[in-house]
Amino acid sequence: MAISRNDIEKVALLARIKVDDDQVTALEKDLGNILDLVDQLKSADTSQTEPMAHPLDAVQRLRPDVVTESNQREAFQAIAPATENGLYLVPRVIE
Amino acid sequence: MQWDVVIGLEIHVQLATKTKIFSGSSTAYGAEPNTQASAVDLAMPGTLPVPNEQAFRYAVMFGLAVNAEIARRSVFERKNYFYPDLPKGYQTTQLERPIVGPGHVDIELADGSQKRVRIHHAHLEEDAGKSLHEDFHGMTGIDLNRAGTPLIEVVTEPDMRSSEEAVAFARKLHGLVTSLGICDGNMSEGSLRFDVNVSVRPKGQEALGTRTETKNLNSFRFMEQAIHQEVERQIDILEDGGTILQETRLYNGDTNVSRSMRSKEEANDYRYFPCPDLLPVDIDEAFIEDARSRLPELPDARKQRFMEQYGLNDYDAALLSNEAKLSAFFEDTVRHGKDAKLAANWIQGEFSARLNAEDKQVAESPISTEQLGGLVIRIADQTISSAGAKKVFEALWSGEAGSADEVIEAKGLKQVSDTGELEKLVDQVLAEMPEQIAQYQEADEKKRKKLMGGFMGPLMKASKGQGNPKLFNEILQRKLGG
Repeated sequence: MAISRNDIEKVALLARIKVDDDQVTALEKDLGNILDLVDQLKSADTSQTEPMAHPLDAVQRLRPDVVTESNQREAFQAIAPATENGLYLVPRVIE
Repeated sequence: MQWDVVIGLEIHVQLATKTKIFSGSSTAYGAEPNTQASAVDLAMPGTLPVPNEQAFRYAVMFGLAVNAEIARRSVFERKNYFYPDLPKGYQTTQLERPIVGPGHVDIELADGSQKRVRIHHAHLEEDAGKSLHEDFHGMTGIDLNRAGTPLIEVVTEPDMRSSEEAVAFARKLHGLVTSLGICDGNMSEGSLRFDVNVSVRPKGQEALGTRTETKNLNSFRFMEQAIHQEVERQIDILEDGGTILQETRLYNGDTNVSRSMRSKEEANDYRYFPCPDLLPVDIDEAFIEDARSRLPELPDARKQRFMEQYGLNDYDAALLSNEAKLSAFFEDTVRHGKDAKLAANWIQGEFSARLNAEDKQVAESPISTEQLGGLVIRIADQTISSAGAKKVFEALWSGEAGSADEVIEAKGLKQVSDTGELEKLVDQVLAEMPEQIAQYQEADEKKRKKLMGGFMGPLMKASKGQGNPKLFNEILQRKLGG
């Protein structure tokens, strides 16, 4: 199955990955191959198969509602690029 | 042209758990920024989420309270988008298999009729952090204390047809989750946030119009205003021959202005997929039965009981039963003051008006149920007039005195109900008002009512404000031949 340059550019934008024109050409081929493989998988008859949400046949363990974490702000903020008044600073976001 | 309004709601309910949905960080409100943000909440590499059992219990309790099917297996998915207050780059939420399936809530409308609003589903998810856009040298500050706070998002069917219905539903839901004790209901702190989906269509048309979504309304008043404004905006556009853009809008309650929030189409492509870090969650019968056994009396049942136990009418019972705290305040006041109807009137009237005016919760009331009950007793046994009762209420509210009896004593509010004494006063006053009497006797029924007030003033003055107005009225009517 072919994937268009437009699709690749859109996916790259959504993932915030910068992709230049040469790479798009290469990705067209690589992603196309992957989609071919998916097409091949899709040809298997799954009408009797319950869709899986997870490959492991296990269920989630739940945790009691008890506070187990302590304040480690100093340690976390020591590795942050910019902080002030206990806040993490990021480039301004305007909505 | 006549237009139909169609409204659906999405409500984010912050669950009153002690810890976050996927980590053991505290969820207490008001902590110093980022002191309740652990490695999991910060999306540090190598961390894994473990879901909070209490969040599931609360979601199941909600589901049972809205008559919904509880999913025996639910699945978490990733909703991908980039925003700095979402460190993982995705929100962990539920999409295909939410914990709570279809249900319904019945609301009371102003005309006394009932309406059923269907719940499409409710799912568990995590809240994001907070972005502070004040100026940090041209940067944005991020506080992740709220990141990972458990929410249930309740999604209704588009069953509401006016802002009044939407607000009635919102109030009902607020009463429900606070009665359940699964949410503190504090809207100004964001514990309950409403997104409204609004569309309009020509009257009689079956197909729905294009809808817009207005996000994050955190008061009933703002919600009502935002809906009004959006309905008008859409009708104006359509009547001018334009088309409605499906978009997300932001409403500013302080300025009563809304604006478009997201224009980029890409922004809405969330690329959901099942979260590989979390296994499916299975809920068994024992868990559901345990949750059921924790359900307290809910507003609908409480309303029924108020009508039977206290003889309240439908309207009073509905208003007093919705919020658990107000209900408890009412019942306690009746315990002290005996007369349920009077207690109901005072709590819905003077008491609620003062709370609203001062933006206070029931729990912050400066007046206790014992004090209000004491006031009710003195109104019921006619010790004070309604004017006197207002003065007593004021004094109790402002903390001038400890009890109704103290105020009545200190301010001399005890009304005189001795008929002999009152009659003497009436005779004295009437002796000086021959002209008014003549005027009264010539007047017709309607005018007489008005003229009666002309006698009451001097009478109240003569009795130093202590004469029982009801008795004065009776005596007057008799003497004047009314």
